[in-house]
Amino acid sequence: MGEPLLDAVLRILIIVGQILLVVVPLLLAVAYLTYAERKVIGAMQLRQGPMTVGPFGLLQPLADGAKLFLKETVIPATSNKVVFILAPMITFTLAMIGWAVIPMGAGLVISDINVGVLYLLAVSSLGVYGIIMAGWASNSRYAFLGALRSSAQMISYEISIGLIIVTVLLCAGSLNLSTIVEAQRGLWYFIPHFPMFMLFLASILAETNRHPFDLPEDEATLVTGYNVEYSSMAFALFFLGEYANMILMSAIASILFLGGWLPPFDIAPLNWVPGPIWFILKICLVLFVFIWARATLPRYRYDQLMRLGWKVFLPLSLLWVVLTSGFLVAFDLLPN
Amino acid sequence: MTIELALFYLLSAVTVGCAVMVIASRNPVHSVLFLILAFFNSAGLFLLLGAEFLAMILVVVYVGAVAVLFLFVVMMLDVNFRRLREGARLYWPIGALVGVILLAELILVTGGWAFAGGFQTAAPIPSDPSVTNTEALGRVLYTDYVYLFQIAGVILLVAIIGAIMLTLRPRGALRRQDIAQQVHRRPQDTVELRKVDTGAGV
Repeated sequence: MGEPLLDAVLRILIIVGQILLVVVPLLLAVAYLTYAERKVIGAMQLRQGPMTVGPFGLLQPLADGAKLFLKETVIPATSNKVVFILAPMITFTLAMIGWAVIPMGAGLVISDINVGVLYLLAVSSLGVYGIIMAGWASNSRYAFLGALRSSAQMISYEISIGLIIVTVLLCAGSLNLSTIVEAQRGLWYFIPHFPMFMLFLASILAETNRHPFDLPEDEATLVTGYNVEYSSMAFALFFLGEYANMILMSAIASILFLGGWLPPFDIAPLNWVPGPIWFILKICLVLFVFIWARATLPRYRYDQLMRLGWKVFLPLSLLWVVLTSGFLVAFDLLPN
Repeated sequence: MTIELALFYLLSAVTVGCAVMVIASRNPVHSVLFLILAFFNSAGLFLLLGAEFLAMILVVVYVGAVAVLFLFVVMMLDVNFRRLREGARLYWPIGALVGVILLAELILVTGGWAFAGGFQTAAPIPSDPSVTNTEALGRVLYTDYVYLFQIAGVILLVAIIGAIMLTLRPRGALRRQDIAQQVHRRPQDTVELRKVDTGAGV
């Protein structure tokens, strides 16, 4: 009786250790993503960005965190208190648990499940609940309108994301993320599926409610949308969740299209670099696109956003699924 | 093994508790949220059974899409639920009767039923460790039952068309936006520069 119990406790401890090894660097990355965003946008607009706190403003994220932590938590009197407090927690948790299946390198993954892609789709489709609960529980018009916009937008773009993922799955022949990366040895999928890569980048902008599709927090029309009633740490959890979601979506994009942890060419100086470094570099590349889009593009109008999702992205991705499967069948290239 | 058993009891207890709360909670939005939690725990039960694909599909389809629509409708509709509940005290004997009948039927089916000799019950397919869950489902669905699968698709298509037809109503003067026309507009088509004399007007 004692032996299996000890074994189980040991296994649980190892898993907890692995989770901490992923989550702690992730939170640091989130903090410094906000810094990188301000610096990059500053450079694009010929400004310096944060420069005051620490050398080159490097301690700015910590100062921001401390500020949010010390603010007063305000819970509106007419809000639905349990749901109000639950909503940011759900957003933050969902942004974290997606990382359970992301492979950082060959075999470097917390849980190497067979249906990894479906798991990620499930997690990202749940993200809408945090926002819609926040909007409803705040009992405020602006927050509710923001929540409605956001949920309609996220559901619409999830459909095209699903179809884009199907094209990748057709070529890889597996729902396991490590197998998908290994299938890209030799040819990363963004080369044959370049149009889908572009659609995927645009769709993840919409899915994470980022510029130019950040209508849920459109400050000009909705004050700031769903999180207008939140303050202090509850607001910080939304903020962290949004940025962690950006990193997660970038990781998914690099796994599906940019070859995950694989080096660009399997030649001497490039394959000395360990896989996780390549993976992080690719994530940073996609994150740069996120920030670049924010600094460059004006915000979409809401009906244009829905039109783009349903009348452009959906037919295009569906067409590409048909073309890809036809091509694979015709040339007998289907993975067994 | 014991951990799995404990998980099973935990998940099923929460599922049943949530199912009760769905009909017991006063706020309809809370009902939907409990329904979502119930879906989640059922997905967990599927996972314990080793049906990983079904678990994920349950979350993606029911929690990610269907329940969101429920939540939308419940939040948007201004239904007076207190008035809806007024009749509850009148009708509870009928509800209880239906429940008792269902319970009796279930007990009859699971307890006292014996199949005649030679009757083949549907045996569970032995799990094949070399084939993943998803592959096994796909093989059965797309080879053995491909026609049924197609029919299901056609039925869904009919349902979509029906739903669109029901909500489509002719609207009067609708000013549609033609993106191509907007893009091809030139300044000289729409803007005219005129020299206007002071005080004379156009």
